[in-house]
Amino acid sequence: MATEDITYWQALNRALDAELAEDDSVFILGEDVGLYGGSYRVTEGLYAKYGSWRVRDTPISEASFTGLGVGAAMTGMRPVVEIMTINFALLALDPLVNMAAKIPFMSGGQFPMPLVVRMPGGVAKQLGAQHSQRLEHTLMNVPGLRIAVPATPQDAYWQLRQAIASDDPIILLEHDLLYFSKGLLDVEAVPLPMHRAAVRRAGRDVTLVGYSRSVELCLRAARQLADVGIEAEVIDLRSLSPIDWETCITSVEKTHRFIVVEEDCRFAGAGAEVAATLSERCFFSLDAPAKRVAALDIPTPFNGSLESASIPTVEDVISQAQQLCSVADPGVKP
Amino acid sequence: MDRDTLRAFLRDMLLARAFEEAAAEQYTKGNIAGFLHLYPGEEAVAVGVIHATEPADYVVSTYREHVHALVRGTPPRQVMAELFGRRDGISRGMGGSMHLFDRERRFMGGYAIVGETYPVAIGVGYAIAMRDLPEVAICFFGDGAVNQGTFHESLNMAALWRLPVLFVCENNHYQIGTEIHRHSAVTEVFRRAAAYNIPAERVDGMDVFKVHEVTSRMLREIRSGGGPRFVECETYRLRGHSMADPGSYRPQIEVRAYASTDPVSAAISEAVPAYPSREQLAGVGRDAIDHVTEHGLGAGHLDPAEVDGIKSEVQQLVQEAVEFAKQSPDPEMAEAWRCLHVNRRNESLI
Repeated sequence: MATEDITYWQALNRALDAELAEDDSVFILGEDVGLYGGSYRVTEGLYAKYGSWRVRDTPISEASFTGLGVGAAMTGMRPVVEIMTINFALLALDPLVNMAAKIPFMSGGQFPMPLVVRMPGGVAKQLGAQHSQRLEHTLMNVPGLRIAVPATPQDAYWQLRQAIASDDPIILLEHDLLYFSKGLLDVEAVPLPMHRAAVRRAGRDVTLVGYSRSVELCLRAARQLADVGIEAEVIDLRSLSPIDWETCITSVEKTHRFIVVEEDCRFAGAGAEVAATLSERCFFSLDAPAKRVAALDIPTPFNGSLESASIPTVEDVISQAQQLCSVADPGVKP
Repeated sequence: MDRDTLRAFLRDMLLARAFEEAAAEQYTKGNIAGFLHLYPGEEAVAVGVIHATEPADYVVSTYREHVHALVRGTPPRQVMAELFGRRDGISRGMGGSMHLFDRERRFMGGYAIVGETYPVAIGVGYAIAMRDLPEVAICFFGDGAVNQGTFHESLNMAALWRLPVLFVCENNHYQIGTEIHRHSAVTEVFRRAAAYNIPAERVDGMDVFKVHEVTSRMLREIRSGGGPRFVECETYRLRGHSMADPGSYRPQIEVRAYASTDPVSAAISEAVPAYPSREQLAGVGRDAIDHVTEHGLGAGHLDPAEVDGIKSEVQQLVQEAVEFAKQSPDPEMAEAWRCLHVNRRNESLI
């Protein structure tokens, strides 16, 4: 039976296990990835199976153990670095931005960089401002870095395997709240190319563009919008660098309206990039200006109610979609 | 020390000096732009350390790395062309003076962010250790770099996992314009390695033979599974931090004092049994190479044909390198894109 219902973390775990078994040059390192099994259980059982050189517990030294991955990748190894949360990746920005992203280029193409850096981000449940960040905008602005944002166990499995197989530096941006979500995993399916966006739901009235956890928000909004006669098409970007513009453009040319939904702060974020590029490229197809649904430009409050109010909800997406459709086409009932 | 080794040391130090002085000249002529950090005065470190390495070892360097690459064997013409930013440069004009990379010679790059060489070196060391190979990663850094967090993080990991890394501190006493007494609470850099249980020594970095002797022994110890080693080479740069820096913060008397211990002179002194006395050297001044060579020749300690041969060989090499760099065309933008994408094999991106 190739298809089974498993959690997101199990899918990642399965992918790591498969790669470790297949290729001796793959190794994992990060804080508590070994004996402890990973903060979100992603590396569970791998230390016992592959030993301490293949699954390495590191000191709390993000800048150096991420840089260690860079150096090892330069010799042809395929390191998979786990940074416990994206918040700590700020300590590793130098190896990510100045080293991993630039060495292949500034060596004149001499050195591939088969490095994968996995990190969870997003707003979980009351973790406070220092543990509830979304930094995709920071990483997206770095030429040479690629960013995958799997939203389902199927994508988590295949995108991680594809990232490990790639000779480019790739960041796999996971989401705290997705680890224990469930979905189907088919390990025998032919995987979608790593950077191809997916149409998760077809529709004719408005395109909802999301990624990572916001895809689920878009799907839930789309189901409710259907009840009031608005058929929303939902696109899961799957990759934030590069972005599959063709899939987005095809959809917007059909629906003539689009909304970008992101959990990151609105200002200068991924949504701004998507809105600007699609507005440029689909200008003559659009019936209304682009809309952005994003988090407030505020550090995440600890208080649970305020935390929820600081990030987009399904209701936000629905109300924006209704506005967009009614403004542009009074014939559609809100 | 056999005669061939002595000759090789002298040759590489003279080449290094000639290359860097030619680079300075080309900079003032406008053929080299950007930042240019030159090495005169520190030649004994690069030559002493790198001559102790094997071809399978790896070298990780800093932004003052031209001479490290040259001694490692990168052709001078490709180094010079890179300084010019030209297509035939060792990094195809994409790296520049501070980013020389030579995969073939396991020269793992010049890094322009202070403190980056440690993690790269422990990464290389990790890969070696994991595969149980008899190789070593050589990690160069300056005295200013020892206050970066990565120094402590990386030394800790290197010691914890007994990684085959030789840490080489080029202590030239200045982080740009700030003297070591003003940037470090502990100015004997090698003592810091004790915090991580890494055996460490300080060596006279103006003496190529001592540098070579100590690092050769350390490399043997590392190869036999002893874990990382640390050497502090006390040296001095005769020029400013970069071509943009006149070095006005340093007293002239200090520069003159170090010039008298010029490592190139020292290399020649070992080649001749009766090296000039301190008094005689006092008259030598800053142009140590010419004066000492003349003295050696005058006293009959050196074979004139040999010294002339080496000098003309390196001068010719450097001259050719400059000509080669001048002739090499600018890279085109398509080449820049190729460098970014060349490693993707058959992976198709959107």
